[in-house]
This record gives sequence, structure tokens and C-alpha cells, in this order.
Amino acid sequence: MTKLTASNLSLAYGRQLIIDNLDFAVPEGRITVLIGANGSGKSTLLRALARLMKPEAGAVLLDGKDIAHTSTKEVARKLAMLPQGPVAPEGITVLQLVKQGRYPYQSWLQQWSEADERAVRAALEATGMTPLAERPVDALSGGQRQRAWIAMTLAQGTATVLLDEPTTYLDLTHQIEILDLLYTLNEREGRTVVMVLHDMNLACRYAHHLVAVKDRGIYAQGAPGDIVNAELIRNVFELDAHIIPDPLYGTPLCIPASQARRAQERQAAVPVHA
Amino acid sequence: MVALLDRPSYKIAVLLLSVAFLAVCMTASVMFGAKAYGLSTLQSAFSAFDGSDAHLIIRTSRVPRAAIAAVVGAALAVAGALMQALTRNPLASPSLFGVNAGAGLALVVAVALFGFPGLGQSVWIAFAGAALSAAAVYALGSGGRAGPAPVNMTLAGAAIAAFASSLTSGVLLGSDKALDQVLFWLVGSVAGRELAMLTAVLPYIAVGFVAAFALASPLNVLAMGEDVAVSLGQRTAAVKLVAAAAVVVLAGGAVAVAGPIGFIGIVIPHIARHLVGRDHHWLLPYCAVLGAILLVAADLGSRFLLMPSEVPVGVLTAIIGVPFFVLIARRGRYAE
Ligand SMILES: Nc1ncnc2c1ncn2[C@@H]1O[C@H](COP(=O)(O)OP(=O)(O)O)[C@@H](O)[C@H]1O
Ligand SMILES: [Mg+2]
Repeated sequence: MTKLTASNLSLAYGRQLIIDNLDFAVPEGRITVLIGANGSGKSTLLRALARLMKPEAGAVLLDGKDIAHTSTKEVARKLAMLPQGPVAPEGITVLQLVKQGRYPYQSWLQQWSEADERAVRAALEATGMTPLAERPVDALSGGQRQRAWIAMTLAQGTATVLLDEPTTYLDLTHQIEILDLLYTLNEREGRTVVMVLHDMNLACRYAHHLVAVKDRGIYAQGAPGDIVNAELIRNVFELDAHIIPDPLYGTPLCIPASQARRAQERQAAVPVHA
Repeated sequence: MVALLDRPSYKIAVLLLSVAFLAVCMTASVMFGAKAYGLSTLQSAFSAFDGSDAHLIIRTSRVPRAAIAAVVGAALAVAGALMQALTRNPLASPSLFGVNAGAGLALVVAVALFGFPGLGQSVWIAFAGAALSAAAVYALGSGGRAGPAPVNMTLAGAAIAAFASSLTSGVLLGSDKALDQVLFWLVGSVAGRELAMLTAVLPYIAVGFVAAFALASPLNVLAMGEDVAVSLGQRTAAVKLVAAAAVVVLAGGAVAVAGPIGFIGIVIPHIARHLVGRDHHWLLPYCAVLGAILLVAADLGSRFLLMPSEVPVGVLTAIIGVPFFVLIARRGRYAE
């Protein structure tokens, strides 16, 4: 297991402060989901956790060591990050893409090994991409393409996986497919997952630990059932909403109120049937 | 785009065929020209040198010319492929991004100020010019919030290339002694160069090739974008720095010998990607061999185009290159 924490972390673009003096520990072996309004700094925080961005102040610690002062290859063997909307080079096949996930294990002395081969095969298998291994990535559907990238991330063989909006631009079926895949990976292999999701309801369904980002810091964190209520939605998203239990899983379901449709148009509350 | 040669066995076979074809082209380049010599004359020029005109021409003119064309063509093509990987821009190349022009300007300024420099010095002057213009293009093109966006980079490259060319003309006009010494070199040609010019730059160019080929895996990773590369544990700054140094040495070295020859760095990587795809383990060797073939063949062709006078090979590569440039500019993207 690896321990990923942020300590007194401040992040900025130029003089614009995005995250201010944040302390945060990623729960090990769990699925953590970051939510928050557009531009609230979710991606920025995730990028900093993955050392893609240098802190203005404070540090990100991986197993107690500042990642800024750890060899980047060593970090890459413990921590994988899938940025938002990655673009594969034209014509590259799924297998070639997934093999790149083994880059942190390669060196002049250590070329392609049996362990690399096994990790690649397992990643293809786990994502259901084995039958598509020889296909060019740019010839795949959106959902398949995202699975190929996740397979690359898995091939990296890290205990912790960070993903920035892995379901954006996918239709509902493929969103569920990707989240199920990540959920299963967490369940079977105990990998720690940290991701940004846009869909509040899916975030509540799949997260063990929910983190609401607002005002340059964490507004609230905890199990979705414990922290999600109308007040949180109002404060984090500036939106009036009703929270009801998800009829399938009992996790919080967020029903936003509209501005354009007036209150008297609303139907009397209908009891929800399971 | 799927690579035409989609199996390793095809890729090896075609690469070996290309090397053989390069040997044929180079032999033809030594045999044919204003005077044609047979294979036997060619052989005896080395095995039984008798000081005759034929032997002298072969040894001091034709052979250096073929060898220089091969090395310069290979260097420019590999430099182009490196630049395209670095900038993720299909139009990046030593000529279009002003690297050649920068090296040319540095040499012309040096000639105007100090007279013609020795071989050893001219190499370093060309490197300095190439490095300066590459740095200028990068600084201009990557400023602003969007970072090094392809369009900014291309515009910066065009601006620096134009700027360096204008400055070069200015220096030439203002300095009488520079003009005739430098003009023939400035067009871009592999004719009338001594073998010593090649041997002076060859060690540097060789280092450039070795560095480029050693970067094949890192460049493949970098091609997936900066963020993915860092996530995979790559020290991207180091990779880019080494790649940029290789570009400077390859392009600067090529210019020091042959003057600024354009379009090889854009035409050849484009063809090579069509043949073998984007894996730099294959792409770079293909660029080297095909670049060599193109310049040797173009140089041979330049002798016959307006017989008996010769067209500088830089003019010929431009004629070949412009349609390519238009084609690539219209397709536009590097990734996706
Ligand atoms: N590269 C950048 N340069 C400057 N500002 C940026 C950059 N990336 C993001 N920002 C700004 O930082 C803030 C947080 O952005 P981001 O972390 O992407 O938000 P989120 O992922 O929560 O939508 C936004 O105001 C955004 O405009
Ligand atoms: Mg974001």
C-alpha cells in the first residue's frame, strides 16, 4: 500500500491562488471522488497529487516522502495518473499504447521482461481490451478508447490510480461501464482510486469517500451518505436541490430544482418505488 | 492513418532494400555528371590511382559529393523528425522553423566580420546560430497561456526564418568581401565541397544520430503528451533538451557543410510515417536512409536538369518540397 497525502498544500497559476493551505490524506484502498463546480480546482489538485504541477507552498507526500524530491520513475511505479482527454499518437495500436505503461520499469539495462508482458496482458484482460489489442486507438469508440487508456494506466502496476474525469464525453452506458470497471479493480485488487467526476449521482454511487472542493479548499469530505444534503449542494454548486435515496443502491440522489419552471408547476411529491 | 508496412518483417526488409538503393544512388552519383565514368574507372580510381583527370574528379569531387549528400540528407531528415516529435507539429523542420537560416546567418556574419573561418570554427559558428534561432522560436512560440501551441510555434518559426534570411541579405549587401565567398554556399548545395568539410562535422553529426536513436523510446512516450509522459516517470525536460541539442548538431552540421537546404526535414519524416508509423525505433532509421536517398538523388538530378549548367540542389528540394508542405499544412494535425 502507498500513502498519498497533501500537507499545507498551496497551488497557483501565476498569482492566481487555486488551492490554499490544504491538508488531505487519500484513504488507502478506497475510491475517492472529487466533486465541485467548474473551475473550483479539482483538476489542479489532482495534477498536484500526481506531481504534474509544482506546489506554490507545502508538499505532496508519497509514503512520507516529498514527491518533488523523489525520482519521477520511482513515483511512477507507485502512482499512475490518467489526465483528462489524453490523445494517442495517430495509428498507434491498443497493445502499443498499453505497453507504454511499463515505461517506468524500463532502463538501458532492463529491457522488456516477463513481468512487463504479464502486466500488459493482465491490464488488457481486466479492461476487456484483449480482443481489440491490435486495433488502432483512433479507430475505437469513445468508451473503448477510454478503456485502452485505463489499461495503460493499470499496466503501470501502481497501488494508486488517479483519473481526471474518466467518463466525460461518454454516453451513459459507457460511463457506467468505466465506473464499474474501476469499482471492480478497487474491489478485486485493492487499488486506491482517486478521480474527478462531473455527475453528482454517479459520484455518490461509486465513491467510498467524497471530497467537495470549494473556495480554494475542501468544503466537506466523507462517505456520500454522511455529507451529501441540500445544504452541501447549495453551497458547493449554488443550486437548489432535493436529495433522495437512490432507489437502487440507497446512496444520495440529487434532484436539482429549475429556475425556469415555477414552483407551482411541480407535482406533489410522488413516493419513490424501488 | 495506418502504416503501410504493418509488420516488423516488412519493415526490416524495406529498410534493407532502401539501404541497397542508397548504395545504388551513391554509385550512380559518382558515375554520372558532366562526364560519365564506368564502374571499372570508378574501381581503379581507388585500387590503381594514376593521377588522371578521371581519377582525380572521382576522388576529389564525385565521391565527396555523394558522401556529403548522403550525410546531410540523413541529418536533416532526422532533425526534422525530432523537431516534429518535440513540438507535436507536422510542419516543424529545420528549414521552416528557421534553424537552418539561423545557422546560415551566423556563418555569414562571421565571414563578414572575420573573413572565412576555418573548418573547425565554422562548425561551431553554425551550431551557435542553429541553437540561437531554435531557442528564439521556442521562446516566441511557447509564450502565453496556451503554452507551445502548434500554430504559435509555426508562426514563430516562419518569423525567425524570415528574420534570419533578411538579416543575412543585409549583411551580404553591406559587406563586399563576404559576398562571393559565401553566396554559392548560401544557396544550399553539395557541389564543390571537399571531403575535409565532411570529416570536420562528421563526429558531431554522428553524436547527433546516436543521441536521436537513443531517444526513440522516450520520444514515443513524449508523443502521448507532456502530462502522460510525466505520469509515466519521464523527465521530459531532460528528454527535450537532449533532443533539441541533437537537432542543433544535426541541422547545424548539415548547414556548415552544405548551406541551408530546405524541405528534406519535412518531406522525409512525412513519407516515413506513412511507411512505418510513429514508432521512433523505426521512424528514425527510415528517416536517415530515405533522407540520404532523397538528397543524393536530387543532387544527381540537379546535374541534368539544365545541362550543362547545374541547378543548386537546394532549389530542387524546394521544388519537391513545396507541394508536400501544402499537403501537410492542409491535413494539419500531428497527433489524433
Ligand atoms: N494552465 C492554466 N493556467 C492558468 N489558469 C488555469 C490553468 N488551468 C486552470 N486554470 C484556472 O484554475 C482554476 C481551476 O481550474 P481547474 O483545476 O481546471 O478546475 P476544475 O477541474 O475544478 O474545473 C480555473 O479558474 C481555471 O481557469
Ligand atoms: Mg477539471
